[in-house]
Amino acid sequence: MTTLNTAAGGKASSAPLMGKDAEPTIFELSQPGRSAYQLRTTGVPQWSAEELFDASLLSDHPVPLAEVSERDLVAHVTRLSHRQFSVDLGAYPLGSCTMKYNPKICDAVASMPGLAGVHPGAPASLTQGWLETFVSLERALCEVTGMAAATLQPAAGAAGELTGLLLMRAYHEANGDVRRRIIIPDSAHGTNPASVTLGGYEVTTIASDDRGCVDLAALKAALDTDVAGIMLTNPNTLGLFEEDIAEIAAALHNVGGLLYYDGANLNAIMGVVRPGDMGFDIVHMNLHKTFATPHGGGGPGAGPVAVSPRLVDFLPGPRAQEVAPGVYDWVKPPKSIGRVHGWHGNSLVLARALAYIEVHGGDGLRRVSERAVLNANWIRQRLSAKFDVAFDRPCMHEVVLSLAKLRKDHGVKALDMAKRIMEEGFHAPTVYFPLIVDEALMIEPTETESLQTLEALAQAFEVALDDALNNEQAVFAAPRTTPVGRVDEARAARTLVQTFDARG
Amino acid sequence: MADYLPHTNDELRSMLDFLGLSSTEELFNAVPEALRLARGLEIADGMNEPDVLSRFEERAKRNTARSDQMLCFAGSGAYDHELPPVVKALAGRSEFVTAYTPYQPEVAQGVLQAIFEFQTMIARIYGLPVSNASLYDGATALVEGVNLGVASSGSNRVVLSAGVHPHWRQVVATFARGTGHHLEVVPLIDGLTDFSAIEGTCGVIVVAQPNYLGGLEDLSAVRALCDRTGAIMVVAADPVASGVLKTPGSYGADVVVGEGQGFGTALSFGGPYLGLFACSIKEIRRLPGRIVGETVDVEGRRAYVTTLRTREQDIRREKASSNICSNQTLMAVAASIQLGWLGTEGFAEMALACARGTRYLANHLKGGSGATLLHPDLGVFRELAVRTVKPATQVVNEMAARGFLAGIAVSALTGGPDPSLSDDVLGHVLLVSVTERRTAKEIDDFAAALEEVAK
Ligand SMILES: Cc1ncc(COP(=O)(O)O)c(C=O)c1O
Repeated sequence: MTTLNTAAGGKASSAPLMGKDAEPTIFELSQPGRSAYQLRTTGVPQWSAEELFDASLLSDHPVPLAEVSERDLVAHVTRLSHRQFSVDLGAYPLGSCTMKYNPKICDAVASMPGLAGVHPGAPASLTQGWLETFVSLERALCEVTGMAAATLQPAAGAAGELTGLLLMRAYHEANGDVRRRIIIPDSAHGTNPASVTLGGYEVTTIASDDRGCVDLAALKAALDTDVAGIMLTNPNTLGLFEEDIAEIAAALHNVGGLLYYDGANLNAIMGVVRPGDMGFDIVHMNLHKTFATPHGGGGPGAGPVAVSPRLVDFLPGPRAQEVAPGVYDWVKPPKSIGRVHGWHGNSLVLARALAYIEVHGGDGLRRVSERAVLNANWIRQRLSAKFDVAFDRPCMHEVVLSLAKLRKDHGVKALDMAKRIMEEGFHAPTVYFPLIVDEALMIEPTETESLQTLEALAQAFEVALDDALNNEQAVFAAPRTTPVGRVDEARAARTLVQTFDARG
Repeated sequence: MADYLPHTNDELRSMLDFLGLSSTEELFNAVPEALRLARGLEIADGMNEPDVLSRFEERAKRNTARSDQMLCFAGSGAYDHELPPVVKALAGRSEFVTAYTPYQPEVAQGVLQAIFEFQTMIARIYGLPVSNASLYDGATALVEGVNLGVASSGSNRVVLSAGVHPHWRQVVATFARGTGHHLEVVPLIDGLTDFSAIEGTCGVIVVAQPNYLGGLEDLSAVRALCDRTGAIMVVAADPVASGVLKTPGSYGADVVVGEGQGFGTALSFGGPYLGLFACSIKEIRRLPGRIVGETVDVEGRRAYVTTLRTREQDIRREKASSNICSNQTLMAVAASIQLGWLGTEGFAEMALACARGTRYLANHLKGGSGATLLHPDLGVFRELAVRTVKPATQVVNEMAARGFLAGIAVSALTGGPDPSLSDDVLGHVLLVSVTERRTAKEIDDFAAALEEVAK
């Protein structure tokens, strides 16, 4: 392929670094008497704290922060930024995380003063643009998922999960039905079982079958009228489509249970198949994955939850609704479980997602999923000659390798490989997830990486493998090109230094 | 056909060839035919970026309450604080914005160190030794605080002051449906929480400082009550207040939670905001969410890493101390930058400026008749409960026509009755807030307009 002679846009190995010193903390840069702040001149009388407050309330010393000049602050934070990998720097093939390119137009939208400068407590009559944004987004998300209505309040995927479980609970309770168990497959993400407990349910874990999918017989054996529902993601966390989903749905519905769809993997199926059409009753979406809102180094995200008609009345509220053509207001669903967020949700994240949807349109979203699946299969096929694919058949948007053999024969772990791959100018893939695959390396290239980047990524895997087979020490010593080498995690936990003040 | 996909037609063909497929449809062979969507998504055709921007500009125009055009006197957990260009520029750096959770510490020292600095600042501001890498917002931070308190005390009797923001109380109630915590809401009398009816053993006692009507509570008394009842003391505290007032930690609070939006995050129509959490050392193994610790790398260089990971959902699963995964790191990074910019002196100066502006407005209202102070003798920080002759919702609308977002009608916040306010008063209370950004002239004009409108 001649195209592969072109350089790879997603390879970051040229990123320059000035040196190997640690960056001081801002507290070490602090010099008493220095300052950066400048506040407005207000003309308000300059009463002293003693004149304003009862003496018993007053602190006798200021809270020590840092005392730095604006110039030093800028340099410090800029240097920190240079010690950080990001999508903007290079490919980030973290499985399950959907680290696609985040279009800059969405940043422009999120910084518009007419959106970012709006107080959340302002009445609907003064915030019609925001309410219309919410209604438009809700409609689009319901169309993508095949659902009837959605709440935009949950701040991330896990918050959406717990919201969904509380919706299940409210639904069953309204039917006078007490149920105690939620089924989840052993391949599920950790937030699923954690949310189940907070939802007041017990987890029943069912094993996956030898194809990596829900074991239908095990599922049916676990089902009875004590089961409130099941949490699944489809494609599942192995990147495989649960082909028996219709039968799973029927089995659940037969015992009166509901199906919850963990939408972390929605990027594989937009415009192709919809959770609602598969039989799901509740769906959360990670807008910070599928809808390209940037992940912010760990958040913010947004985890809207869409539901089928029978659950609409229970949704958190109030919800923005079009109450007359072109007129929007807040409406509380009649049997609402209540609020799950201090205000309306992560609004600016929601606006970004709508901008992304409006650029793409319906056919563009389908194209996104097609290319995500194409890229994942290409990398699967490309790597399968030298690596063991955990369940070797066509995948959806991500693929899981197992390095069990490499570990057994050469003592090289998935983590070692991940560290070595980073020396080649890529972020590491996800390691040790899902838990059911030994020495898992999970790759999700996403649709925004080019063929050249995929090829360079595959070569990085091969270089790392070559070292694992022939030069183990190089793998154990990796990464050597990064601002710090491998980090002593045991020491971090043992001699805990959780703040600057906790230093010994 | 606008999108961000790199594939050329040649590449598409060669990639499908490589997979032995003749069409993209075949990529989805695993999806049963019967389930596939037979039509296109009913979402309008894609638009080019400039057209999408124009559409959002139209939306923005319909948000007349925008703070650059309507002077903001609303608060209640979301404040119009200074957002300097330097903080916007730094927090907007794409290395922070487009990074994922710092799972590989060698390439995430930037975010990890920023979080470490953030944890240090929040711990100092709340006067406790431990903080975390952020939670979603103040309301959900309170939920986590309550959960920690129940786990620590072993009792699910949760006493909640009605001085806690009404939305936060609603969020706590929603999540208690799942955990089964038993909630008892204690009303405010004359603007301060009256805990006198609380007897027997309690698991958790929650108080807000200041409370949502603006009053400053007696935290020493709450500490004594917690000692008497065996409860974990949770304070939902305005972090800005620590610029002048004693920290909640100095009163012996076990857990302090709060909303950190005021540190570097715009009003943002309510999110993404910043859930703050701090606790005592003895609770550290129950801490929700991520925490960053300092350590060294193989060469002995200082390095940062997420630690005490066995509390978290990916390891502990159904026994995790919380289900949180993604949090609000970018807002935490922005807060650490904003607090670095403010510095020791600026932090105190900003807090004092809020209190001065609030007092200045209160002095105006003392002589009024249309708008008066609900509790004229209460100590306040940057929030005032104002009694209006006209219904408060109507006052907000009429003040908007004069160019002021006058505040928030309590009835709009509660969405129903409130334990602390009788039904005839409830509709006539407006919550007004003054930050360091309001000038004397703005406050003069506001007070005059309010007095006229509220009659
Ligand atoms: C499969 C799956 N489910 C749930 C989640 C949780 O989402 P969030 O981090 O937004 O809470 C994730 C995120 O990593 C995920 O990959």
